[in-house]
Amino acid sequence: MKELKTSAEVGGMGHSVKRKEDARFIRGKGNYTDDVVLPGMLHMDIVRSPYAYAKIKSINTDKAMAIPGVHAVITGEVLKGYNLHWMPTLMSDTQMVLPTDTVMYQAQEVAAVIADDRYIAADGVEAVEVEYEPMKAVVDPFKAMEKDAPILRTDKEGKTDNHIWHWETGDAEKTEQVFKNADVVVEEKVYLPRIHVCSIETCGCVASFDPAEGKLTVWMTTQAPHAIRTVFALVAGHVGLSEEKIRIISPDIGGGFGGKVPIYPGYVIAVAASVVIGKPVKWVEDRSENLQADSFARDYHMTVEMAASKEGKMEALRIKTIADHGYTDAAANPSKYPAGMFSICTGSYDIKTAFTEMDAYYTNKPPGGVAYRCSFRVTEAVHAIERIVDVLAKKLGRDPAELRLQNFIQPDEFPYKSALGWEYDSGDYPRALKLAMDKIGYEDLRKEQLIKRSKGELMGIGICSFTEIVGAGPSKDFDILGIKMFDSCEVRIHPTGKAIARFGTKSQGQGHETTYAQILAEELGIPYTDIQIEEGDTDTAPYGLGTYASRSTPTAGAAAAKAAHKIREKSKKIAAHLLEVSEEDLEWEVGKFSVKGSPEQSKTIQEIAFAAYTNHPQGLEAGLEATHYYDPPNLTFPFGSYICVVDIDPKTYAIKIRRFIAIDDCGNIINPMIVEGQIHGGLTQGLAPALFEELIYDEDGNILNGSLMDYLVPTAVETPNWETDQTVTPSPHHPLGAKGVAESPTVGAPPAIANAVIDALSHLGVESMGIPITPFKVWQVLKDKGLAA
Amino acid sequence: MSKHTVTIEINGSSFTREVDSRLLLVHFIREDLQMTGTHIGCDTTHCGACTVLMDGRSIKSCTLFTIQANGKSLTTIEGLESGGKLHPLQEGFHEEHGLQCGFCTPGMIMRAVELLGKNPNPTEDEIRTGISGNLCRCTGYVNIVKSVQYAAEKMKAEVA
Repeated sequence: MKELKTSAEVGGMGHSVKRKEDARFIRGKGNYTDDVVLPGMLHMDIVRSPYAYAKIKSINTDKAMAIPGVHAVITGEVLKGYNLHWMPTLMSDTQMVLPTDTVMYQAQEVAAVIADDRYIAADGVEAVEVEYEPMKAVVDPFKAMEKDAPILRTDKEGKTDNHIWHWETGDAEKTEQVFKNADVVVEEKVYLPRIHVCSIETCGCVASFDPAEGKLTVWMTTQAPHAIRTVFALVAGHVGLSEEKIRIISPDIGGGFGGKVPIYPGYVIAVAASVVIGKPVKWVEDRSENLQADSFARDYHMTVEMAASKEGKMEALRIKTIADHGYTDAAANPSKYPAGMFSICTGSYDIKTAFTEMDAYYTNKPPGGVAYRCSFRVTEAVHAIERIVDVLAKKLGRDPAELRLQNFIQPDEFPYKSALGWEYDSGDYPRALKLAMDKIGYEDLRKEQLIKRSKGELMGIGICSFTEIVGAGPSKDFDILGIKMFDSCEVRIHPTGKAIARFGTKSQGQGHETTYAQILAEELGIPYTDIQIEEGDTDTAPYGLGTYASRSTPTAGAAAAKAAHKIREKSKKIAAHLLEVSEEDLEWEVGKFSVKGSPEQSKTIQEIAFAAYTNHPQGLEAGLEATHYYDPPNLTFPFGSYICVVDIDPKTYAIKIRRFIAIDDCGNIINPMIVEGQIHGGLTQGLAPALFEELIYDEDGNILNGSLMDYLVPTAVETPNWETDQTVTPSPHHPLGAKGVAESPTVGAPPAIANAVIDALSHLGVESMGIPITPFKVWQVLKDKGLAA
Repeated sequence: MSKHTVTIEINGSSFTREVDSRLLLVHFIREDLQMTGTHIGCDTTHCGACTVLMDGRSIKSCTLFTIQANGKSLTTIEGLESGGKLHPLQEGFHEEHGLQCGFCTPGMIMRAVELLGKNPNPTEDEIRTGISGNLCRCTGYVNIVKSVQYAAEKMKAEVA
C-alpha cells in the first residue's frame, strides 16, 4: 500500500473510513422506491402469460373493471392507441411493452390493472380473462438455428430465420494455420447457464404525471437514470413528453448488479397509466415476477480450443459461441460491441494469435443478456480461458499454476497489445499468483492431495488468474444508443469551505457517498465528512451513463479528480490575490496553497472558499464550482489470482469449500474496507452460479424454478469465509491510478471453483463438468464411470 | 372482505386499526403505519428482509396476517435505537461494514437481535446457521458475521 497523503480526519484515498450512508440504513431510514408514497397514489399489478409462445385470441377486462377500486386495465390495444406498445431495447432491438397479438415467453406482461391498493390490483389481475392459442415454443438456441425452425420474430418484416447477429474478431486464417501446425490442441465445451442477478430489492417505480405542469417524475430502480430519461423522451416525445419535462429519480437502490440497467415494460406501463389517469401509479414486482421475467444473464454456449507447443507455450486461442438472447436482444452493451468485451478472452496470457466468433439467436425465453456484475460478457470470456488452461495443463501433465506462470504476460510487457486488439494498461500477474500460492500453501496442498487420493478421498485445488476490462469507455468506441460513455462530476464549494458534489452515476450499495467524498478529500484537502455526495436525480445531477460494468471509479471517480483540479486552479488565483504574490510563487500541498520557500505564508482551501464569495479578485468570477465530463483515454484492466480448495464427501458428494484465497489488484485503492466488502460480495455471486444457481426451462418454455423456493441463492451457511489480499499496480492513465474492483470476484470465482471440483475428480478420469456443479452432477459423472452406486 | 379491529403494540406505541382479514402484517407495518424500514424481498418467505420481532421472537412479517398479530407486541428496526443510542447490532453493522445496499439490513439485524438474546456467545457456525433464513446479495456474509460478533462482545461488556 502506498503512503497515505491525507490525515485520518481528512480521510482521502487509502483510508478505511466508515460509510456515511450507513447512518440511514441501519436505522431503517433508507428511501427505496417502494417506500415512496404520494397523495392519491394508485397501484399497478401485471397479468402475465402462462405460455411461452401463444396467440392472444381475446382479452376480456369486464370482470376486472367491475371490481370496486379498479380504475383501469391497460392492454396492448390501449397502448397501441398512443403508439407505445413497442419500445427499443438498449441494443437497438425492439421489445413489446404489452402485446396486441402474440406472447413470446412465459411470464411476459399481457395487461396491467390499476387500482386503489395492491390487493385490489391483484384481484383485478385474477379477473382479467385472456384466451390464448398456445404454439410450439422454441426454447433451445440450437433448435432455433435449424432450417425448419419456426420464425419467432414475425413482427420483423422480411425476417427468415431466428438469427440476431454474427460477430467476430481476430485473424481466422492465421489462427487456423497455428492450430494445424501445433504440437497440442485441446478443446472444451463450456456452457454458462442462464442465471439471474436476484438483487434483494426487486424492480419497480412510482410514476407521477402532473397534468397541470405537463411534467413527469418517476422514482425508479435504475442504475442509469440519465440514459433512461433520454430514452423516455425519444420513445414518448410524440405524446408530449419532452426531455425537460421528465425527471427520473433513482432513490436508494437495494442492489443492482446489472439487472437494473434495462427498461422493463412495467416501468413504461406505469408511466403510461399515470399520464392517462392523471394520478401517481406505483408498480413493484414480486420476487417471482422478477426471476421469471426480468433480464437474465449469461446463457453462452462456448466451444473453446487452444493450440500449444509440447513445452506448454500457448500459441493460439479460438472460441465459437452460440448466444441465447431470448425473444429480443435486451442486453445493455456498448453499441459497437454486441458481445460486450468478450474479446478479453485471451486473458492474462501472452497468446499471439486468436480468433473468436459468435452467433446470437432468438428463443421463447425472457429477453436480456445483461452484464450481471461484469463488464459486458467478461465473466463468460474469463471462464472460457481459465477452463481451457486447466484442460491444457491436464493434457500436458503439467501443474496448472506452473503452466500459468510460464505463459503470463510479463510485468515489463505493459502496455500490452492483445491479439484481439486491447491495450492492457498495467499488470503484474506472476506476483498476484505467487502471493495466492504462498498464502494458501500451494505446494503442501498438492502433497496433501496425493496422500488423500491414495486413501480414496476427494480433494481438489482450482486456480483462476483473470484479467478484466472495465471502465467503459473512451468515446471514440463506446456509446449506448449513441450516447457516449463518459461520466461526470459537478463540485460546489460553499463559502464556509464545505462542499456538495453531484455525479452522473448511481450507487446501489457500492458506497459512493463515502468513496467519492474521499476522492475529493484527497484532491482538495477538505475532510470527507464535509462533502455531501448526491446522485440519481436527473433534475440536479450532471449527465452520465450510470453505474455498471465497474465504470464508476474509472469514469466518474476520474471526473471528480479532474473537477477538483479545476477547483484548485481557480483557488490558486484567489490564493495569489489574498497573499499578494504571483501564482507561480505558490505550491499546493494537501488542503492549502503556500508560498514557495515560505510555508508559513499560506491560505487553506477553506479560507480560499470564503474569499471566493466575499473577496474575490477583480476580473475573476465569484464562486468556487467546477464540472468535469471525463472521457477515459483507455479502459482499465484489473486482475487477480484466486485459489480454491474443495473437499467432496465420498458418500453424499456434497462439495465443501475448505479455503478460498482471492488476490485482487485494482490499482490504487480509495477505501480498503469497501474494496474488501465488494470482493466478499462478488465472490459470493461467483460461488452461486458455480455450485447452485441456474434458471431451468422445460421443452415448452415453462420455467421450473421461478421463485426462491428453488432458485438457490446462497445463504451464510453455504458461503465460505473468504480470505482476501491484494497487490497494487496503478493504472498509468487514470488520474488516481485506480481501476475499479467490484466485478473482479464475480468473474474470477466461478472458474476457480469449477477447476477445483474437476481437479478433485480428475484422477478418476473426469475431465469436464458444467456449472452449476451440484452433488447430483458429481454422483452422475462418477456413476457413469462405474465409480458410484 | 371482512374487516377486523386489531390492537398491536409496535416499538412501545399501541395502534388500533380496522384492517382487511387478508392484509399481510408487513403491509400493515409499511403502508398503514408508514414504517418503511421493514422491507419486502420475496414472495415465498425465503429472503427475511421483512423480519421483525413479535413478543421477542423473530418472524417474517410477509407470512403473517395482521390479524394474527392482534394483541401482540412488535419491534421493528425503527424501535432499536433508544435515547439516541444505537443498538450494539446497529453499531456493529456500521463498524464492521456489514451492509452495502442496506436492503436486507433491517431484517438481518432483527434476526440477530433474537439470536444474541438466546445465545450471547455464538460461534461463527451458530451465527451462520442463525441468519440462514435471511438472504444478503451484497456482502457475502463475512462482515455480517463480524458485525454480530462485534455486537455480542459489546453486549457482554455492557452486562459486565
